Amino acid sequence: MSAEATYPKDHFLSGGWDLKSWLLTKDHKRIGILYLLSISAMFVLGGLYAGLIRWNLLVPDGTHMSADTYNKTFTAHGVIMVFFFLIPSIPAVLGNFLIPLMIGAKDLAFPKLNLLSWYLYMLGGGITLYALLVGGLETGWTFYTPYSTVFAQSNVEIAAVGIFVAGFSSILTGLNFIVTIHKMRAPGMTWFRMPLFVWAHYATAIIQVLGTPVIAITILLVALERIFHFGFFDPARGGDPILFQHLFWFYSHPAVYIMILPSMGVISELITCFSRKRVFGYSFIAMSSLAIAAIGFLVWAHHMFVSGMAVYSAMVFSALTYLVAIPSAIKTFNWVATLYKGSISWDTPMIYVFCFLGLFLIGGLTGLFLGNLGTDVHLTDTYFVVAHFHYIMVGGAIMGYLGAIHFWWPKITGRKYSEAWGRLSAVLIFVGFNLTFFPQFVLGYLGMPRRYHVYPDEFQVLNVLSTAGATVLGFGYLFPSFYLVYSLFRGEPAGANPWGAKGLEWTTTSPPPTENFHEVPVVTEEPYDYARAPKEAAVV
Amino acid sequence: MSETTTAHHPALQHQFTDLRQQKEAVTLGMWVFIAQEVLFFGGLFAAYAVYRSMYPAAFSAGSHHLSWKIGFANTLVLIGSSLTMAMAVHFAAIGMKRRVVGFLLATVLLGSVFLGVKYFEYGDKIRPCLGDGPYTGCLVPGERFDAAALHLEGAEGGHAQIYFSLYFGMTGLHALHMIIGIPIILGIAFLAGRGAYSPEYHSPVELVGLYWHFVDIIWIFLFPLLYLIGAH
Amino acid sequence: MNPSMPLVPERASSFAGEVDALFFFIVAVTVFFTVAVSIAAVYFAVKYRRRSDADRPAEIHGSLLLELTWTLIPLGIVVVMFVWGAKVFFHMNRPPDDAMTVSVVGKRWMWKLQHPTGQREINELHVPLGRAVKLVITSEDTIHSFFVPAFRIKKDAVPGRYNVAWFRATKTGTFHLFCAEYCGTEHSKMIGRVVVLEPEAYQTWLAGGPPPESPVVAGEKLFTELNCVTCHRPDSAGRGPLLEGIFGRPVKLASGDTVVADEAYVRESIVNPAARVVAGYQPVMPTYLGQVSEEQLISLVAYIQSLQVPTEATR
Repeated sequence: MSAEATYPKDHFLSGGWDLKSWLLTKDHKRIGILYLLSISAMFVLGGLYAGLIRWNLLVPDGTHMSADTYNKTFTAHGVIMVFFFLIPSIPAVLGNFLIPLMIGAKDLAFPKLNLLSWYLYMLGGGITLYALLVGGLETGWTFYTPYSTVFAQSNVEIAAVGIFVAGFSSILTGLNFIVTIHKMRAPGMTWFRMPLFVWAHYATAIIQVLGTPVIAITILLVALERIFHFGFFDPARGGDPILFQHLFWFYSHPAVYIMILPSMGVISELITCFSRKRVFGYSFIAMSSLAIAAIGFLVWAHHMFVSGMAVYSAMVFSALTYLVAIPSAIKTFNWVATLYKGSISWDTPMIYVFCFLGLFLIGGLTGLFLGNLGTDVHLTDTYFVVAHFHYIMVGGAIMGYLGAIHFWWPKITGRKYSEAWGRLSAVLIFVGFNLTFFPQFVLGYLGMPRRYHVYPDEFQVLNVLSTAGATVLGFGYLFPSFYLVYSLFRGEPAGANPWGAKGLEWTTTSPPPTENFHEVPVVTEEPYDYARAPKEAAVV
Repeated sequence: MSETTTAHHPALQHQFTDLRQQKEAVTLGMWVFIAQEVLFFGGLFAAYAVYRSMYPAAFSAGSHHLSWKIGFANTLVLIGSSLTMAMAVHFAAIGMKRRVVGFLLATVLLGSVFLGVKYFEYGDKIRPCLGDGPYTGCLVPGERFDAAALHLEGAEGGHAQIYFSLYFGMTGLHALHMIIGIPIILGIAFLAGRGAYSPEYHSPVELVGLYWHFVDIIWIFLFPLLYLIGAH
Repeated sequence: MNPSMPLVPERASSFAGEVDALFFFIVAVTVFFTVAVSIAAVYFAVKYRRRSDADRPAEIHGSLLLELTWTLIPLGIVVVMFVWGAKVFFHMNRPPDDAMTVSVVGKRWMWKLQHPTGQREINELHVPLGRAVKLVITSEDTIHSFFVPAFRIKKDAVPGRYNVAWFRATKTGTFHLFCAEYCGTEHSKMIGRVVVLEPEAYQTWLAGGPPPESPVVAGEKLFTELNCVTCHRPDSAGRGPLLEGIFGRPVKLASGDTVVADEAYVRESIVNPAARVVAGYQPVMPTYLGQVSEEQLISLVAYIQSLQVPTEATR
């Protein structure tokens, strides 16, 4: 680290700030920032809907809003958070910004396709938001038939088109990453010298490319069914509603791995930097990412154990579900082993790492209850499932996302933020999160079903606790927007490598120049080689 | 810096170090795109497999109603268009500009013939559904569907509607891919005519060739699955 | 209901103990790993905290032995969980032969139930203590899900098919019945009660109220009205298989497969007869889809179930 960092004169934003330089950019770094803005807006909106849900559930008799409004609220929360926040989040913001830097390339393989991905996201988001806000959608984000095709009285077809368009944004991003990682690595950057962040995005990209088209065609069928009344999923004409579930979950289960794998990649980067030590079991972590992607395609019907499927089929899916848990366990143990005999420092990103470890542990382990045939019958469609997936998606994926934002913020903006506020917010988020969602495990086992506008009185205490937690969580999420934006104006210059981290992105200026590196890097080191002092940047 | 004459080729994009890297990248990109397309159609093929195993009689009746002769002729037309496309790629690789343009235009012609035939096939099934009743011979799934035209009634009529949903859905999606492909081929033919391609650089012709062959292969699966079920 | 802050619902069925035992085993494993990993992580973070910027920690790449250990031990544990869970699941999906059958039809937004003797209930189910009760569940509209937390049972009500669940109540009392699959505006109001009575009290309850029409009788009437008897008759004009004694027995199909003639097969044969035709018969039966309601189908199934093999006739 340099003693006194200065802000570089020449970087990717110094060329211009006008609308054209943003809307017609082909620079992966600017596109990453465009995504950061749109995704943050979506997160705020999805979060507001979450607040409404928790507010409704403060009282058991549903007097805070009508049943229809509540149904539209939880649907909007799910659709926005899944399709427009979690799925793009880390890949679209940080993957876009960092992958070329991490592998020593000038840009992604297809910069124009990258910009198209963002426009498709915006178009799909616009169409879907229209559906959600003007008239609303009340099918749940899962669109089960025949409810969504025959009985729903809302903007199903419009939302379906919006999600279809956004799906192609995801597919093209995945395609771009796969080709970039295969073909654009700098000289000396072999596969096993790549950062684990890149491995994680490679596995994620495979899922994006192979899984998303299935939801695209499925949601298209739902839209066609509503418009033309084909009878495809309508039992009165021989259609099979369970077929919809199979097609839907064939994507939507791997989709959760799209949401978590990038976060796991982030953890590998952060935990090595803040232990100042190479990662324990590099190839095991890399291969586990691929294993999760592959096995993740084989477990979808564990969402359907009570739908009436044959017992033997259910057994196969349960067994495979247990198998997919193993690589995640392997990664977790390897991360903890990385801490052993390291040199641990408690900067904000590291706090997020510990939050992730604890919460992902609980979330992942509670998956064991749901993959189990004996307990899932009781637990499916209850708040236990809601708690489980929030532990993984919020406790896991979002902690990783926030940790990543805090780690690479100096690289992206060239500024440091207030460590004190950073640490406070992380702790607040951790506490608020647990208070919100742990009571929901209990509610679930007690039998409170999901998507309930009103509920029996005896569930109220736990619901009130959950809402209290959500309030704390909301504040925790609010603070970063203030101190991070503040740092853009008043933060001290970060310099090329404020954390003393390994990785090619830290060898160039903060912010980086438009072409990423003034000279094409040649890689000779293994990844996370913290035994050697970090290289100084070529230009500071 | 890297290689020699191709390093400053006008078609080299800035993010690549040389034409070889660019060509490998775009080719891999097209294969990944095709993999995605396989999954896209795959959902429909899966639905087809499920429903056909549930309703073999209705699927047979529906398939019987289609003209396998027209379908077969169209298949030959499409295979022919793949042949002309392959020729175009071949000539692009050896730099014979006029033949490239010629064969690309032949591909567009044959593709258009295919689409034209489809237009008439669809028309026969859709026209009876328009206007006021009695909708005899209407084969668009929905309220106006005429199951009696297939000698079916009751629940079997519903099953036949599912067959025709798949017929229109799968061939419609396939036709959409051709409708998108044809202007792209025309664009590339135009550029080829302007001398944009050479033996060192003709990836766009190869890539559109890959895409077109993929569209052809989808049809080669669709034709027997839709037109050739059951006794004839 | 337990008035203090409970962590588990009441155990009111023979399954509840099994499910809870399995649940607590998984809780134990979960707590163990959560605590162990968290303690290890925090311990390392404290013990190896950064003391100076000049710290250069150990060069450890990994350990194959450790990787194998922490792969194989969790694998072993999940195999145990899987096998145990599969056993419980099998048990839940194999109703005993002596179970009394209650039909359940979900409809937005109520549960319609019918006892074997014909009594109908809406949003309530009275059952005798200790008797196995088999639920044949379907829906008239969207997918619903029949959920009784105290029994630890849940099964989706899917339109167009029958799903089967069963339980044996082990405690008298009143227990929540919920719909557990989102079905529209009043999804959270599609709730009710299961009332478990002592056997004599159940008989008293059955006898109360106006005498119901038994579904078997209703089914017999329908069988005549719908002209089923035209083809399903023992003489040479019969173009359909004889139905006496067929229920619950294996049936050979034209395709070569064999299927057990349960509720689902009988229902399918009425609404989609061409699907699985009996060997030796032509697929000439017309379908009754759209002409019979789910409740009429239940009566027809009950009637066919009641048909015994006549003493002097041959098959």
